[in-house]
Amino acid sequence: MSAFVQHTPEDRRKMMEAIGVSSFEELIADIPAEIRAGDLPIAEGLSEPETLARLRSLAARNRSASDLVCFAGGGIYDVCVPAATKAIAGRPEFATAYTPYQAETSQGTLQAIYEFQTFITRLTGMDVANASMYDGATALAEAVVLAMGARAGNRVLVTPFLHPNHRRVLDTILEPAGMKLEELPARGARTDLSGLAAERMGDVAAVVLQHPNRFGVLEDMRLAGAALEGDDAPVFIASVDLASLALVEPPADYGADVAIGEAQSLGIPMSFGGPVAGVFAARKEYLRRIPGRIVGLGKDAEGKRAFTLTFQTREQHIRRAKATSNICTNQALTALQATVSSALLGAEGRRLAATLSAEKAHALAADLAGIRGVELVDPDAEFFREFAVRLPEGLSAPAVVRAMAERGYLAGIALANPPGGGEGLLVAVTENRTWAEIDGYVKRSGPS
Amino acid sequence: MNQAETMDRGSDDQGRVVEPTIFEISRRGRRGFRIPEEKTEGRRPHGIPERFLRREPADLPDNAELAVLRHFTRLSTMNHHIERDMYPLGSCTMKYNPKLCEVAADLPGFRDLHPAEPEEFVPGAVELLTHLQELLAAVTGVYAVSVQPAAGAQGELTALLMARAYFRDRGENRTKVVVPDSAHGTNPASSHFAGFQTVEVRSNERGEVSYATLKDVVDSDTAVVMLTLPNTLGLFESKIKEIADFVHEAGALLYMDGANFNAIVGQVRPGDVPFDLFHLNLHKTFATPHGGGGPGAGPVGASQALAPYLPSPLPSRRPDGTCFLDEERPSSVGRVHSWHGNFGILVRAYAYLLYHGSDGLRDISESAVLGANYLMSRLRKTYELPYDRACMHEFVLSGSRQKAKGVRTMDMAKRLLDFGFHPPTVYFPLIVEEAMMIEPTESENVETLDRFADAMEQIAREAEEDPQVVKNAPHVTPVRRVNEADAARNPNLCWNGRCG
Repeated sequence: MSAFVQHTPEDRRKMMEAIGVSSFEELIADIPAEIRAGDLPIAEGLSEPETLARLRSLAARNRSASDLVCFAGGGIYDVCVPAATKAIAGRPEFATAYTPYQAETSQGTLQAIYEFQTFITRLTGMDVANASMYDGATALAEAVVLAMGARAGNRVLVTPFLHPNHRRVLDTILEPAGMKLEELPARGARTDLSGLAAERMGDVAAVVLQHPNRFGVLEDMRLAGAALEGDDAPVFIASVDLASLALVEPPADYGADVAIGEAQSLGIPMSFGGPVAGVFAARKEYLRRIPGRIVGLGKDAEGKRAFTLTFQTREQHIRRAKATSNICTNQALTALQATVSSALLGAEGRRLAATLSAEKAHALAADLAGIRGVELVDPDAEFFREFAVRLPEGLSAPAVVRAMAERGYLAGIALANPPGGGEGLLVAVTENRTWAEIDGYVKRSGPS
Repeated sequence: MNQAETMDRGSDDQGRVVEPTIFEISRRGRRGFRIPEEKTEGRRPHGIPERFLRREPADLPDNAELAVLRHFTRLSTMNHHIERDMYPLGSCTMKYNPKLCEVAADLPGFRDLHPAEPEEFVPGAVELLTHLQELLAAVTGVYAVSVQPAAGAQGELTALLMARAYFRDRGENRTKVVVPDSAHGTNPASSHFAGFQTVEVRSNERGEVSYATLKDVVDSDTAVVMLTLPNTLGLFESKIKEIADFVHEAGALLYMDGANFNAIVGQVRPGDVPFDLFHLNLHKTFATPHGGGGPGAGPVGASQALAPYLPSPLPSRRPDGTCFLDEERPSSVGRVHSWHGNFGILVRAYAYLLYHGSDGLRDISESAVLGANYLMSRLRKTYELPYDRACMHEFVLSGSRQKAKGVRTMDMAKRLLDFGFHPPTVYFPLIVEEAMMIEPTESENVETLDRFADAMEQIAREAEEDPQVVKNAPHVTPVRRVNEADAARNPNLCWNGRCG
């Protein structure tokens, strides 16, 4: 018997008597006999130790960041997740609570989300942030939905260096809306923004840039912002790395209308890419078009400060088919992890994490570029803490990743055809990497 | 935007906790975490040109670890949660979230796994995803399942995008999605975002979808009929076979919103009805924690004809038994998530499935249905029961008798908080006046059900004898009734004060 069901045979008898039935079958008499299931074609239940043994053996077959020194990035990073974050997010008061519709008994969740929104507005400089989305890709798709609602056209200009999976999600979700996606031109591993100001923007709903882009490169966001000024201009959507923003210029300063991203880099475990939390922040004129949940600070009946879900008339449970999005929940618990990690790191910790990541990344990039036949994919481009290198001719990127794993390193993400051709590696350096690991990476990638 | 006045930490005169924001308790110079090799800062240049840097540091709070822990621990005590007491939210399935599932998701081989690793480095993860999909397909009787959608609403959208692609490939231009008036709001919203027009169909006097009305609405323009089974009144659609036959004869697809699957797991397999498409909420039937509003997971199931349209990549098994992520699926609607869905949630659901197995799953639905009927048998004496028949896992009461005395359902919901219970789902489904939708789940024993019924009965008495105590509720929560309208009129959506 499961440990999670409590009715004894005596309980069942008593309950059925109270209900006035003599068998359970009477309660489900509405189910037509022809669709009643027989025994399910799966194994019988296991005990807790047996179940965990199965899970442990599957987990042991994976080569995680606790086994390999992780230099892989591409949107998910091996960042610091403090022990105290795990302790708070593991509390049942947060983990097993429902969506905070009943504000009076959900002040903990509500205030934590309000603090998440505050962290996001302070990092991005934007006026408002929501309670989070499923992930970075769906946050981007929702930003384009917002733009197509706010502007007349259906053209969307997008950097050629958007995260490839984000691009695919965009294609999937915006297909029914009739989005016409066009790629901006490229220059090396950067988006060529020189023609943007002269572009005919009448039917363009949004311009989407990623900063740093999929190859880690910092784009000329100020140039884009200047080209997209004015009320009639397309909605300027910036996809950003939240962890970079302790050091890198916030999207509000270069004129972004909507900033989206992945809160994972603020201190959520990687967990094979989910659950993470998407960030959605915008200028205040878009407040009523924002998808998902928003928490506001107000008052209770006695005038005492109290938090509550607000602007719910945008949402599906009220507005149904006319809602700004079909999203129901946010990712409250992972947003909480990002909030607690951010609270622990603090201003100085965030700045140090960003700065040390950048210092170590630039050191590693310089050392790798010193290896014969290895070069940065775009030597003129600037980057934050992730960069792409081209491998010597004849070397296969997957083979390099495999060989480095033999030596204990997850060397990066293999690139099949980086700008300029050949094969490459996308290498990310987080605050978790030590100088010894940087040196070790360089030594082990040399000719053996 | 106005800023509420800063509050000091402590308790007010009624012992209610007051907790300032993390930004207010900050003091510059305090640290809550040490970054590796901090002292080496500046050993090498960070290399980012000035023009890319922020001009002013972000105003983030500084607090020591213990202060952060106390802050969030205090906040946590202001929440209701499943380990404190019953959570009878209808259609939300607030069941116990087993600890063994938490241990499973926290294994380093899952928790610390990077999603862009070569497949050969992550065979355990790919095997888990594949086997979970196989188990869900076996439990639901469908051809294939994708676990990529991150939530129930995303599962709905994914399935409707699949239907859209399916009809396009068949050269059929079907523009309508039919949903009952008792449906969740996500159904019409997902339908809209998938490019369909939503047509609502009335429920009949038995609380079921009216077969007659459905016949008037479903035609050659109809792409999908979405049904929640059991429906949001907690009733099994007794004409489901006839409905399925009719929908299929009209050339449309039948979709099951699996929000209420907990009532029928092990009893009915949607694929046997047959439904063509469905989503499940793993955070409901398969007990993953709700997290205060996510993360969840919303797997989609499909018949053989619809399976080619499932999202990519699709974890799949080769003839030799090994698993891989199948990207070569030309009919697929594509990706709906950055990576592999909410993997950590999927690990928990997988552990839950292995633990329960075929015997345990049926025990869940039986116990959930029994508990709901028992509670209904107690409460029907005190509250109006608009659909007076055996229910499945939940039932809907109306507060209409109490409303006649000037006490609204919202008042009674808030009063329940004073008894330590979370209220039921209120004012939903929309077709019941002053609705209270109650789902006890299989987790609650008979003593707890009795305690909840006692509280509901006392509130009904209070509504007669002392209505003010109900109308002014709650009285002992961390805050009194919150003025939501005022919060929307004067938006304060982030803390504007500077950190100390």
